[in-house]
Parts: sequence; structure tokens; C-alpha cells
Amino acid sequence: MAIERFCINIEGIVQGVGFRPFVYRLAQENSLHGWVANHPQGVTIEAQGEALLIRDFLQALRTNKPQRAEIHTLNSRATALSDDSCFVIRESIQSEAASDNKSLKKASPEKDESSAPLISVPPDTAPCQVCIDEMFDPANRRYHYPFSNCTNCGPRFSIIESLPYDRKNTTMQPFALCNSCQQEYTNPLDRRFHAEPTACPDCGPQLQLTDVKGDMIANNTDALQQTANAILNGQIVAVKAVGGFQLLVDATNPHAVERLRQRKNRPEKPFALICADIKSVQQHCIVSEIEKVLLLSPQRPIVLLAKNEANQNEIAISVAPGNNDLGIMLPASPLHYLLMALLQRPIVATSGNIVGEPICISNTQALARLATVADLFLMHNRAIARPLDDSVVRVMNGVPVMLRRSRGYVPLPLSLSLPESLESVSLSPLPDLLAVGGQMKSCVAISHHNHVYLSQHLGDLDNRHTQQAFEDAISDLSHICGIKPQTIIHDLHPNYVSTRWAQSSGKKCLAVPHHIAHFFSCMAEHHHLGRAVGVSWDGSGFAHDGILRGGEFFCWDGHADIKHVASLRTFPLPGGEQAIREPRRQAAGLLYALLGDDFFTESPVLRQQFSTSERYNLQRMLSRQLNSPVCSSVGRLFDAVAALSGITTHNHFEGQAAMALEACAYDSKASWHFPFEIINKQDSLHPTQIIDWGPMIRALLDCQKTKMPREDIAAAFHNTLAQIILTITQPFDGYPVFLSGGVFQNKRLTETVTLLLRQQGQQVYHHEAVPANDGGLALGQIYYARCLENPSCA
Amino acid sequence: LGHGSGGQLSHQLLTELIYPYFDNPMLATGHDSALLSIGEQRLAFTTDSFVVSPLFFPGGDIGKLAVYGTVNDLAMSGAKALYLSCSLILEEGFPMNTLSKVLASMSQAAKETGIQLVTGDTKVVEKGKGDGVYINTAGIGVVPHDVYIAPQHIQQGDVIILSGDIGRHGMAVMAMREGLEFDNPLNSDCAALSDPIHTLLNEGIAIHCLRDLTRGGLATALVELAETAEKTFIVEETAIPVSEAVTGACEMLGLDPCYVANEGRFIAFIPAAQAETALTLLRDHSVSATSCIIGRVDEDNKSQVIYKTTTGSERLMQRLPGEQLPRIC
Ligand SMILES: [Fe+3]
Ligand SMILES: [Mg+2]
Ligand SMILES: [Zn+2]
Ligand SMILES: [Zn+2]
Repeated sequence: MAIERFCINIEGIVQGVGFRPFVYRLAQENSLHGWVANHPQGVTIEAQGEALLIRDFLQALRTNKPQRAEIHTLNSRATALSDDSCFVIRESIQSEAASDNKSLKKASPEKDESSAPLISVPPDTAPCQVCIDEMFDPANRRYHYPFSNCTNCGPRFSIIESLPYDRKNTTMQPFALCNSCQQEYTNPLDRRFHAEPTACPDCGPQLQLTDVKGDMIANNTDALQQTANAILNGQIVAVKAVGGFQLLVDATNPHAVERLRQRKNRPEKPFALICADIKSVQQHCIVSEIEKVLLLSPQRPIVLLAKNEANQNEIAISVAPGNNDLGIMLPASPLHYLLMALLQRPIVATSGNIVGEPICISNTQALARLATVADLFLMHNRAIARPLDDSVVRVMNGVPVMLRRSRGYVPLPLSLSLPESLESVSLSPLPDLLAVGGQMKSCVAISHHNHVYLSQHLGDLDNRHTQQAFEDAISDLSHICGIKPQTIIHDLHPNYVSTRWAQSSGKKCLAVPHHIAHFFSCMAEHHHLGRAVGVSWDGSGFAHDGILRGGEFFCWDGHADIKHVASLRTFPLPGGEQAIREPRRQAAGLLYALLGDDFFTESPVLRQQFSTSERYNLQRMLSRQLNSPVCSSVGRLFDAVAALSGITTHNHFEGQAAMALEACAYDSKASWHFPFEIINKQDSLHPTQIIDWGPMIRALLDCQKTKMPREDIAAAFHNTLAQIILTITQPFDGYPVFLSGGVFQNKRLTETVTLLLRQQGQQVYHHEAVPANDGGLALGQIYYARCLENPSCA
Repeated sequence: LGHGSGGQLSHQLLTELIYPYFDNPMLATGHDSALLSIGEQRLAFTTDSFVVSPLFFPGGDIGKLAVYGTVNDLAMSGAKALYLSCSLILEEGFPMNTLSKVLASMSQAAKETGIQLVTGDTKVVEKGKGDGVYINTAGIGVVPHDVYIAPQHIQQGDVIILSGDIGRHGMAVMAMREGLEFDNPLNSDCAALSDPIHTLLNEGIAIHCLRDLTRGGLATALVELAETAEKTFIVEETAIPVSEAVTGACEMLGLDPCYVANEGRFIAFIPAAQAETALTLLRDHSVSATSCIIGRVDEDNKSQVIYKTTTGSERLMQRLPGEQLPRIC
């Protein structure tokens, strides 16, 4: 009987997912001696026993791993026998800094420079069914306790302060385990064996309900009951949720919803809802099988669902005015389960922040910043380590598509496919990169070898608190990854806060054109490497020629050459950013470009949206090109068409007009499209083709004269855009098509284009893992740099 | 060259191209006028060129601008304005009676502010090579011995006083030049600022810093001072007065009044303890009758201006970027 000892080093998602207990039990089963320990880069095991059993053990490590664990690399090698007499979970191995990790080298002397990420911190997950059942079992000691969790569920990224993932490195550090919890924590056969955030009513965090001054009103179960009562009475309660404060009101009470809108200074943007269970969701919305899976997934995102028109009397219209969709999530934490059990009706849950700021995470911050918004505060004494908004997902073409990537998904890395020459890192290691994204919907990313760590959604960088969150996220990511990138990739726009931050960092910088970053973002998440056509349609981004781009087609040969093959015909935006806030102005700019000075006479619908003096001044501004930058943006075309159709004159939030136009088309079965023209430019300059929307707008105005229903016009507009993509991409036979940019958050357009292209035998991809909007830019920036920049020059 | 708007590009032109050639401690202070010690006297010396289209606009003309502009620059260092020089660059064929009107306006403005025009020059350029008339003026004034006004003297706890509503000059000129029409009349705020400043000094107000809000507007002045002084300012949008006429015109054009030029407004940094007295004194003068506190100097020294908007959101103010490119994606 041969006795052997192996040292096994595992990297991947192996911390916070019950991996060490799993290893422990597996070692017991195979009668092995030795130890397992976390270290900042993963897990190390030394196992000694009968050779055959060690083989089984190694095999089972991969095949039987815990549900949420992911093994990226597993290296094992024989090592000298030792005299340990049992198998133990050792203290985590600390390393001072990743740059001089002596202890790590001791643990894994032959750690090769693989392409695996340094460490994977698990994201936060909703309570598992066992924990939920315990919480509602009067006989259980955690009955009605809102901070229950186990190795399979609970808070992770939101409480982790440093690595490795041990209780003392989380915000649970101040809570000393009671005897009962300690026993569970140390019993290898218990579900809570080494569950770092484990807690119970005796030793864990406690709830308290306070008034706006922070004075205690009630605590624990009493606080829950009074919170529920207050919400049922129409009050606004700020609740400390997983990744920050949420503002909750009764969604069935129109006055309460209206009050929240006023107090939050958010007149029209849709609110998300929490429903108690899947049945309740099905009462209000049409839920497909995949949507049901998403709603119930441990990530617990907000899922955009089509309203069930037959049953819309209960939820206040003001929750999502003018929208066919509702954003709904199921309870994401034990606290939400307990609250929803008391409330038993849909509840509005919106982020607890001042418009444009990151979500509040500390009790003092919430009391200071939300005092004018909330009536009551349901808080607790477990700190949140970083702000994490609720993630938002929409199903398109039968697959989940991320609209906002945050709680539940971050900080899991995405992997890249790279040119083979870049993969042979043993010769010239790839430099670590930091990508700082755009300006709106900021999200940053760090790459190490071929893994990319994207930060959570951070918000709009105009706000100084968001700027702080942006800087925090960068240091957070580099701390988690243990690397400090010396090269920064940023957008080409000179006035983005992120661009300025990069340029003043003193590090080597690389600027990537906005729409090329979008294109590469979509290719990156589909691991595409090689020739491709990119459709980058969004609001507006900066290009070298000073035109605000957003209706672009690119062709990549898979190597160094990216051609700008087509672009939307340009039109002016009278008043710049003010025009973006007023779709009616964009319509004026569009008509001016088409018809010249007398444009108002051609559109009575638009004419009546302005006063006489506004019309006069607009015409002056347009003819004298006064603060009227030109754009080639499809996002702006959406706005203009929404105003021309009399649907939306002002945007109270980003994307409002485009959403309204999509909603308007919802009931239309129209499958025809407007005419359009593709103009081939004679000169050799890029883009070589211009998409002329002129014939479409003329036809649209004619349709209005014949009183065609608005929904058919809206549907035909979507169809026209799909036809444009079909026409432009047709000559690129064998080039897969990638759809990116905020416009492709539009489900109708995305699904129509996908169908058309697939019918033609074209391969087509849209975003899934990262948002099509600027939240996905950072990924594209990194992929572009990886594919096109010589890595050795960094 | 889009470097004339007084924002980010002007700043670059100065720091990257011009200053390096004339490197000396005087220029480096980044002040509107230079302070020169000659014997026992401290003199303030400044120069400015005036290019405006149209030459006559509601509330003023290029002649008034040329005198007030230089008088105001001197006043911002606390100096008493004494002597003025004037250079005219005329375009061939410029109507003589228009020139007379400009000169009459200058003379009137000089008399009113007590400055003497003591030297001058006239050049004529070919037709098509000038916009009618350009005027350059330079001025000399005396700074009292106990007056030390400079960005470096801004201190934590100072209040920031704004002398009146903003954006009038820029909007009045633009509306006229571009042929825009608004229900509420737009008038330039073009005025001399020396009287209220001297009142403050005479009454013993310890002014730490002054800045007139010309090109680039309030925002650019604040950002430049915060950077020079290495201090953090907190400014409240709700506290900044803007007339209905200017608000309407700015909204129409998509411009932010904080970046629009003024010709008769200044900000003053004053110890909080003297704020009320200073406000009372300022409100006694018609040019600063609606003076108010718009912000204060904060504790941390981060060289930034925090701008609290009406919605409660806090932004960091920036210089006027070269072009106002929308950043909304
Ligand atoms: Fe974009
Ligand atoms: Mg000046
Ligand atoms: Zn659990
Ligand atoms: Zn306990």
C-alpha cells in the first residue's frame, strides 16, 4: 500500500463558496491526512494517504465541487511525507502584498504564470432554501432572524474588506461567535462550517428602526413589524439592504409612490418592485420560463418583465408610467424575505441616494443624505463595505441580457480569448491594464492575463461622490487582484472625468474611440477573435472628427485594421446637452437638416411643441450654427422620432424618449419599413457609406398626414433600423455581426435585427454578460488594447 | 484657434505657450494686474484688449468696456486707478461718426471713474483685416500700503460674496449679434467696480481676494482661484442670482450662466466675521446692490470647487471646456 503526499494548488472561485469544508469532508471520506488553507490567491491543500485514494480525491475535487465554486486551475505535485495524524482546516495563509508574497511562494513553490486570475471573490447571493425554511420555523433558533446565512448563501463581496476571505477580514469581524454558532462554525459536517458571516440572534447583527434624527423607535422583530406597518400606511422607509440603502414604499398606494417621486426628485423614471414570491410576480407580469429562472437565481437581479395588461389595477400607474415593462425582483436577503412576508404586496424599491450619487451604505450617511426623502430608517449594525446597486436584466432572444451589472454578479471575472501570440505569456508577460470606461454609467475594469475584473455600476461621474466611488472602485479592484496596472485605457472624449483622471495619473495612457470600444466589448464577451462587423449605436460619443458619433458600422479584419464602413447622416443638436434633454429640439435639428428654414411648416406635431419665440430662436440657432453640434447618432434619431411622433417632448431621464417609442410600438404588428438610402461616398475617407434617414422622415411625415396610428409608425421605425443593419452588413459575408451601444437595450430592435440576420444565414451576437450601454465600455477598452496594441511596449 | 473664450483653452494657451517665454514671479501669481514696487509706492499695472461684436449693445459699447475693463482689473488688486493709455486699431473705412461715439463713451467712462487718459496710439489696417475697431488699454493705479489682495490670501472659513446676478453681458451681446429675440430684455452689466471695492477697503473690511468675472464667467474664476489658492470652495447653485431674462436665454441656447461672461460683477473672499458688514456696504452701491453670499472656503485643501446643485447633487466645477461637447451618451 503506497502512501503518498500531494501539494495541490487551486485557483478560481474557491473562497466563500464552502470549498474548504468540502475539501475537509472529501479528505475524511478518503481517509487522508493533511490540511487545507485559503490564501490570497486561492486554496492550497496538502493531502497524504493511500495513492489510489489520493487519485480519487483529486478527481472528486473537480467533479463534486460545491455548486457555486469554479476551478480555473488545479496544480498538484508530489511532496515529502509528513507525520500529521488527521486532516485540518488551517488558518489562512497571509501574504504581505502580492508583489512580495513570501508565504505564498512557500505554499506553492512552483506556481506557474498561468492565465488564471489571482483570486476570485464571490458575489453576494440570496438566502438558500434551507436558510429560508429555518427563518420561518418557530422552533429554529434563527426564527425571524434577518441575518441568517450559510456556506451556500449570504453576503460576500458587500462585506469583504480584505483578503483572504476570513471572518476577521469582513465587516462581521466585530461580532464574536456565541457557543452555538462557534460549534456550527467548527463542525465539518455542519452547513455553517466555516461560513464566515454566520450569525444568530444571540451574537449577530441587530435591527433597529429609527426616525430621521436617528433616534431609536424599535428593534429587532418589533422593528420589522413597525416598518411593515409604516409602509402599509404610505410612509417611505429607508432600508439597509445588501449593497446599500433602498427606499421602500407601497407600490399599490399611488399617493405613497407620488410622494417618493417628489421627495426623490424623480418625476418619471420607472421604479423597480419587490414581489413576495413568483406567484405574485405572475399576477402582474407575463413570466417566461427563463425569466422565472432569473428571478429565482441566487443573484436576484431586477428582471424587466412585460406587464400583464389584464391585471393592472393593483400597482399604481405612477410606478412605471408609459411603460409596458415592470422591473421586478424577488427578496434578495433574509431581511427582505421577512419584510415581504409581512407586507404581502408589491413594494417599490429604489436606490437610497440623492439623484446622481452612489447609493448610501453607512447609517450616518443615510441619515444625513436621505433625511429629506425617507420618513423612517430600518438599519442594522453590520457595515457594508462598498456600494452595490441592484442588478438589472432583460431577456432578449431567450437569453438574459445585463442592463446594469452589480450586486450578485460583481466581482466575478470575465475571461478573454486572445491571439495565440499573446497567450504565450512565458516570453513576454501581458501587462496588467486598467480601463476607466466612459462618463455616464461608469464602470471600471482591471485585467490580469486573460481575465477581466469589472467593477460594479458606479453612476455618472459628474457627481463628486460618484467620482470618489470611481476612485474607490479602482483601488478596490487592484486590491482584490493584488495588482497595480501601470497602463490606463480611457475614452477619446477629452472632457470625461475618467479621461482627465487617467491623463493626470502619470501612468502610460491609451485612448480608445468610444464606438470601437463598444464593438470590442461585444466581441470580448463572446470570445470572438477574428474578422467581424460591429454595429455601434448609442447616444453620442466622441470621435476624432468632432462629430458626435452614435450610428456607426465598423469592419475588423481580425488583425490591425479597423475600417469605419458606414455612419448615419448627421444632423444638428440645437443647444447641445440641452437638446439631449429635449427630444423636440433634436426633431427640430433633424428637420432643419432635411428641409431647411421652413421645416416647422412640414410638421404640425412638432410645431405645436414650441412657442412662437422658441421657434424663431431655434431657427436662428440652427441657421447660425449656434451651440448646435452635429451628431450621427441613432440614439438621438430615436429621440427625434419620438418627438416628431408627439410621444415625448422632454427627457426627464436618460433614454426616456427611446423607451417610450419602444413601448409605443409594443402593440403594433406592422412588419413594413420606411424607405432609406445608402449613399456611397466618392472620396476614400471613412466612413465610405452614409445612411440617409431623409426618405424615412419624409415618409413618416406623410404617414402622419394620413393619420396612421402612432404605434404602427413607431414599429415601422424599428423595422427600418433593422433593415439598415441588414443592408449594410450584407456584403460582409462570413463576418459575424456584433451589436453594441445603448440602443441595443431596446428589445424590439435587437430581436428584429437578430431574426433578420439569422434568416440570411449571418451570425449575430448581442450583449449578454455586460451591458450594451457605457457600462460595458471598460471591457471593450481592455479587449481592444489586448488585441491591437503591442503588449510588449507597455 | 478656439482659445479666446476664457476657459480651458485660454488657460492652456497661457500656461503652455506664453508664460514659458516670460517666466517671472509677477506673471506666475496669475493675477489680473501686476503689483510693482517703485520706491515707497506699490503700483498696480494692467493691460487688456477689447474685441467685441457688435460694438454697441444694450447697456454699453466697446468704449465703455475698454475703460471699465482696465479700471476693474486695477480695482481687483485694491488699487486706486490713476492713468490710462489707449491704442486704437481701426479698419480702413471705419465710419468717423461711429468712432466719435466710441471715443465720447470712453471719455465719459474715464471721467466717471476718475482715471486720466494720458497717452495713446492709432493704427489703421487694411479693409477686411479687422472688425471695425479694436481697442487696447493699459492702466496704472496705486495700491494702499495696508492692502494685500491675492488668491494666496484666501483662507479657510472665508465667505465668497458675489456682487450681483450673473450672465448679463455675454447673453446681451450674443442675443444682439445672433439676432435672437427674448420676451425679457437682456442688458449688459458693463460697469465700473471701483467704488464698492474702495468702500469696503475704507471701512476696514479685510478683503482676502477679489476677481472680476469676465470671460469664462463665475465658474472659471472660481476654478482658477481654487487652484491658485490650493483651497476647496463650496458653492450653492440656489444662492447664485440669475435674472429671469438670462435664465431664459441660457436655457434656449443650452448654455450654463456660470460660464457666461460678465463685465460688472466680481467675487470677494472675506472673513466670515465681516460678511454681514461687507454685504451692507456693498448693497449701498447700485452696481453691487444685490450682493450675496454664494459659498465658502472649506477645510480640505484640494484645489477644487464643489458645486451643490438645486437637486442636492454635488458636482465638481470645471473650467469652460474648449467646446461644450455633450457628454451624455
Ligand atoms: Fe456609448
Ligand atoms: Mg481683464
Ligand atoms: Zn443558506
Ligand atoms: Zn450565535
